[in-house]
Amino acid sequence: MTYTWDFHSVWQYWDLFLWGLWITVVYTLGSIAFGVAIGFATCAARLSGSMILISIARVYQEIFRCTPLLVQLLWFYYAFPLLVGASIDNRVAAMLTLSLYVGAFYAEIFRGAIVSIDRGQREAAAAIGMSPWQSMTRIILPQAMKRALPAFINQSVIQFKNTSLVSVISVADLAYMAAVVNGQTYRPLESYTLMAFLYIAMLLPITQAADWVERRLRVSD
Amino acid sequence: MERMQHMSKNTDPGEAVIEAIGLHKSYGPIEVLKGLDLKLERGEVVALIGPSGSGKSTFIRCLNMMEIPTDGTIRFRQKPIGKSFRDKGAHLGIGTLRRHVGMVFQHFNLFPHKTVLENVTEGPIVVCGRPKREAEALAMELLNQVGLAEKHAAYPNHLSGGQKQRVAIARALAMEPEVLLLDEVTSALDPELVGEVLAVIRNLAENGMTMAIVTHEMAFAADVASRVIFLDQGVIAETGTPEDVILNPQNPRLQGFVARFKG
Repeated sequence: MTYTWDFHSVWQYWDLFLWGLWITVVYTLGSIAFGVAIGFATCAARLSGSMILISIARVYQEIFRCTPLLVQLLWFYYAFPLLVGASIDNRVAAMLTLSLYVGAFYAEIFRGAIVSIDRGQREAAAAIGMSPWQSMTRIILPQAMKRALPAFINQSVIQFKNTSLVSVISVADLAYMAAVVNGQTYRPLESYTLMAFLYIAMLLPITQAADWVERRLRVSD
Repeated sequence: MERMQHMSKNTDPGEAVIEAIGLHKSYGPIEVLKGLDLKLERGEVVALIGPSGSGKSTFIRCLNMMEIPTDGTIRFRQKPIGKSFRDKGAHLGIGTLRRHVGMVFQHFNLFPHKTVLENVTEGPIVVCGRPKREAEALAMELLNQVGLAEKHAAYPNHLSGGQKQRVAIARALAMEPEVLLLDEVTSALDPELVGEVLAVIRNLAENGMTMAIVTHEMAFAADVASRVIFLDQGVIAETGTPEDVILNPQNPRLQGFVARFKG
């Protein structure tokens, strides 16, 4: 077993790797931004007290939490267009699916954090005459968001890795580009090792920062 | 706010500030309050005593609509309180009621993400729209009054229970309430910290603050209250001066209850 490593031939395609990495970052940040908006809206619906809104939100959440992301991507790209009779751009399908997927989880993280805040906080806010809106925005949410932060970061790290699945519907992210380079060089060991290294290089600082933030938050308690 | 303050100074001392009429409260099939009436006059300190489960906490929490009564009316300065947050027609809103009727809780419920000073200024700034500087000056004055001016920059979690409760009292006072509702405010405190909180309340009573106090501190109730109400199984079983109710109880259930606290 004498394998001769040859990163040189793979590294010739460094621009493809960087472009793929860029696409991965764009889809991650984009779907996180949309996902936060969807998550907040879903969370608000869940806490609204309206049976209709609660039901809609729950059905949405369970569909997206109980099917694999890969299945969702395939469905939105290949099945959904047949249903509506119009083709859908693979990039749009990817961003839409990623956002809906992560939004369902964010909603649960936000909701869990909000309901975990002691009832006495709401009562104290109400007792000084605050409206439900003032109480939510000034007293409950600041505490809840702090409590939600570790789970939120964790879910976002998972999201970064999950974007690799968009390569199956030909979105040219990092995983897709690694496959392209492999096809050109017939060097799967180097291509895929470099890809893995790039994922680690992106996420390791984030997980370390998250640990640090979590420790900092505990100190101020 | 200014106008309200002005009005309150010109009203008769004998007039009811807050009034409960035929108050009922049920949780499902369980009826906790079975038709209570109470008139709280300006400057009066009413102590509510009674065994646990007698409904005294539920009752005091109905007075600022923290619990919505199943039946009956709360009136604040003769005006009935409605069901909505804002004033509506002849009914005062729940928000308006709470602006003028402060409450202090057993478990303090300070805002942990805000400093002591911010806890006290939150109401005046956010609810009353007072300028920050003015609210801070008032807050420092109140913190001074409860002996915690030097802790203004601390966060609640760095305070002792007694200190937290004194901040909570200052937070309620910052709204310049006409009535203060105190719901077992010393029950969660270590015994050696009870005194400092009671001293603050005694001071308020001496300065004419109208208060309804749910308490298990019989000696304190006897000392500070102008009227004592004994609640039992959701009704007012006895009402009178501290001498009558606590020192010379006639009702046998009340005798039994008071005797347990005399030790």
